[in-house]
Amino acid sequence: MNATRPCLDIQSLSAVLPNGARVLRSVSLSVQPGEVRALVGESGAGKTMIGKAVLGVLPPSVRVVEGDMLLEGEDLGRLQPKARRTLIGARTALIPQDPLTALNPSRRIGPQMTDRLVRILGWSGPRADARIRQLLDAVQIRDPDRVLKCYSHELSGGMRQRVLIAAAFAAEPRLIVADEPTTALDVTVQKQILRLIAQLQREHGTAILFVTHDLGVVAKISQKVSVLYAGKVVEETETAALFAAPQHPYTRALMAATPRYTDPFASLKPVDEAVLAGLASEIAAADQAWRRPHG
Amino acid sequence: MLLQRFLIRLLTMAITLLGVAVVVFVVIRVAPGDPVAMMLPPGATDADIARLRALYGLDKTIVQQFFIWLSGVIRGDFGTSISLRQDVLGLVFNRLPATLELAIVALLMALAIGGTTAILGARERGTAVEAGIEIASGAALSIPDFLWGLVLILLFGVLVPVFDISGRVSPQLDLPFVTQFYLFESIVRLRFDLTKDLLGHMLMPAVALALPLAAIISQLLKQSLKEVLDLDYVVLARVKGFSETQVILREALKNAALPTLTLVGVQFTFLIGGTVIVERLFSYEGLGNMAIDAVINRDLPLIQGIVLVFALLFVLINLTVDMMYALLNPRLRHG
Amino acid sequence: MDEGRISRHGSGARLWLAGGWLLLASLAAIFAPLIAPQNPLAQDLMFERLPPFWMSGAEPGFWLGTDSLGRDLLSRLIFGARIALIVAFAAALAACLIGSTLGLIAGYFGGWADRIISRIVDVWMAFPPVLFAILLVAVLGTGLSSVIIAIAVIDWTRFCRVIRAETMGQARMDYVENARIAGYGRIGIMLREVLPNVVPSIVALLSLEMGIAVIVEAILSFVNLSISTDDPTWGGIIAEGRLSIHQAWWVLVFPLVTLILTVLSFSQFGEGLKARFDPVLR
Repeated sequence: MNATRPCLDIQSLSAVLPNGARVLRSVSLSVQPGEVRALVGESGAGKTMIGKAVLGVLPPSVRVVEGDMLLEGEDLGRLQPKARRTLIGARTALIPQDPLTALNPSRRIGPQMTDRLVRILGWSGPRADARIRQLLDAVQIRDPDRVLKCYSHELSGGMRQRVLIAAAFAAEPRLIVADEPTTALDVTVQKQILRLIAQLQREHGTAILFVTHDLGVVAKISQKVSVLYAGKVVEETETAALFAAPQHPYTRALMAATPRYTDPFASLKPVDEAVLAGLASEIAAADQAWRRPHG
Repeated sequence: MLLQRFLIRLLTMAITLLGVAVVVFVVIRVAPGDPVAMMLPPGATDADIARLRALYGLDKTIVQQFFIWLSGVIRGDFGTSISLRQDVLGLVFNRLPATLELAIVALLMALAIGGTTAILGARERGTAVEAGIEIASGAALSIPDFLWGLVLILLFGVLVPVFDISGRVSPQLDLPFVTQFYLFESIVRLRFDLTKDLLGHMLMPAVALALPLAAIISQLLKQSLKEVLDLDYVVLARVKGFSETQVILREALKNAALPTLTLVGVQFTFLIGGTVIVERLFSYEGLGNMAIDAVINRDLPLIQGIVLVFALLFVLINLTVDMMYALLNPRLRHG
Repeated sequence: MDEGRISRHGSGARLWLAGGWLLLASLAAIFAPLIAPQNPLAQDLMFERLPPFWMSGAEPGFWLGTDSLGRDLLSRLIFGARIALIVAFAAALAACLIGSTLGLIAGYFGGWADRIISRIVDVWMAFPPVLFAILLVAVLGTGLSSVIIAIAVIDWTRFCRVIRAETMGQARMDYVENARIAGYGRIGIMLREVLPNVVPSIVALLSLEMGIAVIVEAILSFVNLSISTDDPTWGGIIAEGRLSIHQAWWVLVFPLVTLILTVLSFSQFGEGLKARFDPVLR
């Protein structure tokens, strides 16, 4: 691409569980400003961990042991906890996986959407309110007065995800981590939500790290893609190039296992065992090499 | 629907109170001693005893006595104390405020101690701080209020005599109060010298009552806080840039407090039950202390009255907790 | 994962410490006449309010000092353990028997049985327990059996509530359904399939209840309503110590420490047993 500074730059990030098992293996990836980078892999591949590591919300049991994360050139690892928190709050946002659990059941929607603008970014109440209404309109919520006064259980799953998307874009973040934002929704709603995210992304020029297990989603929304297996990036390329000519055997196996509308029965095929066996021995060798300097 | 729920609750409350009345009545009438004989000087004639028995209605059958007493209670007449020769309701209302003030101060202490340690433990989860809180609350929970009271008497009454361990207020003070709610009235009248004296007397018994409850609140609230702190909306709040303390106070506390609240209600009735012996221990002039005297003196009308007032207090607390639960839970409020 | 390992490790140590103290107390109670250095009832006004052995003015043979009537404190504590433990075992067992039976019936059969039992529990919960106990002993007359009956009559609800809830949970499980399909009778299922699964809770509650019984007995003795006033009880010694607290602190301190250790041991022993025998926790 060009010489602009990447919005997010992750360099050889490794993380371990308390028992020493690695959940991330020297992951490197970058997201350019305004770009959608898909992060695809099966469940347990560590794709959600990468998003959480960037946002500083890893579970307490997972420990980062090496690597740097640069958010617009700022090294997150070098910042004091408070400064890091404020920086992440001001420049990033999260579109969570499950809209059912991502809204506080005992608080009204309105304050949940405005609290970052008012309390972290220091906006005035009316300004935040106007901003939120503008975004609710953009996600096609027609009766903002009612929705802002609602509790989350009074809204449908699709409505809640719209609210969360609107809240994510409201603070004009440079980077949004979208963690499987359509997985928990009905198939019909999934398409609308995906279209909304794509549209808002274009309008606002926000970079997105889009975590998903669905290659169909990857094709629809992203320009770049990283394929993850067992915490390791096995292939990284332009999305169009990936679908035209997948390079890594695991990518090819994953594509073969993805259902196609023209051939629904193909969905029953699992990822090829032989490919997985080859990957496993490759990773075991890499772990061996990695342990030597890291004890 | 909510009204129907409320009416059903009122009915069960009435049945429970009636049950308590019947049980006390039966238990007391089984007593072998004759309270009337104890009231009269030696050498009283049988006719004297019979007259007195008739005066207190003790010459009728148990069932008759119960309905006479019950109809009196419904009219607000709890009878006359045998040992103190005064109206039972008057005696009870004279002492109840002291017990209520003690119980409420203890409850507030328990909420403050339990809440603070729960929040601290949840924020520092997985560290030595949390482990320390866990051990302290485990010990506070296993040792009952009676023993805490004795420990406090030893520590702050004898070893380092800084607090009063006897009575409700220093006897040499002039009290300008018109109600029995001394603490409340002293604050309203801005007589903070008296407030200080009253709180000084109240502190030890209140701490003894509060510690076990504080431990329960601490453990339950910490547990449910830790569960809530893993939920997505809390993670989202962290991403928004809020600090862990802000996250706990703004996002987690209210949702985590709901399951704790119902248990605090039941535990508060246990706390009030504990005032009986703790008041005795600290010679605090409350309802519980009077109740023990009433039992020792076999003062039947007074015992009945006090037990019924305690029971009424308990069912009212449970009702309040139910209502608060419904009020705080948005799902119930709108569903 | 790690937490579970630590707590189980901790439960082992807890179990041993608590069990050790309870064993010590039981041995003291059983062999009281052999162990006690003095006659616990012997008054000697020459030896009133002797301090414990490490203080000046102590007399040999009176290790923990004497009370205001010159009675040996250690001997009174040892003999007091007898009454405390008899009350603990008898009252807790009786409360357990009544409460668990009613709890099983209410939880397993539901319907009217549950409604009636739950209503009675509600009535019982509306009594201040200490006042109820004092009232019962006053009515029954002081004495060992009165104390035991009073505690059992008051505290069965603790067993009933827990066992009822657990039984209701168990009764919904598939294995109960399977047993019914296999043709076992309702009472057979209750005793064979449900009861064994609530035993860990019963055991933990039983141990906890023994500690509570010790306290209630002490409270009753404290208000002078327990056993005849001659027999040494922990609560009675505490009542005496509370009066002479400024002259002889040891008369209050030693029984208090004994009581606290015993109560803590009973509750920790129960918790430890439950952690060890509960198949789900293990």
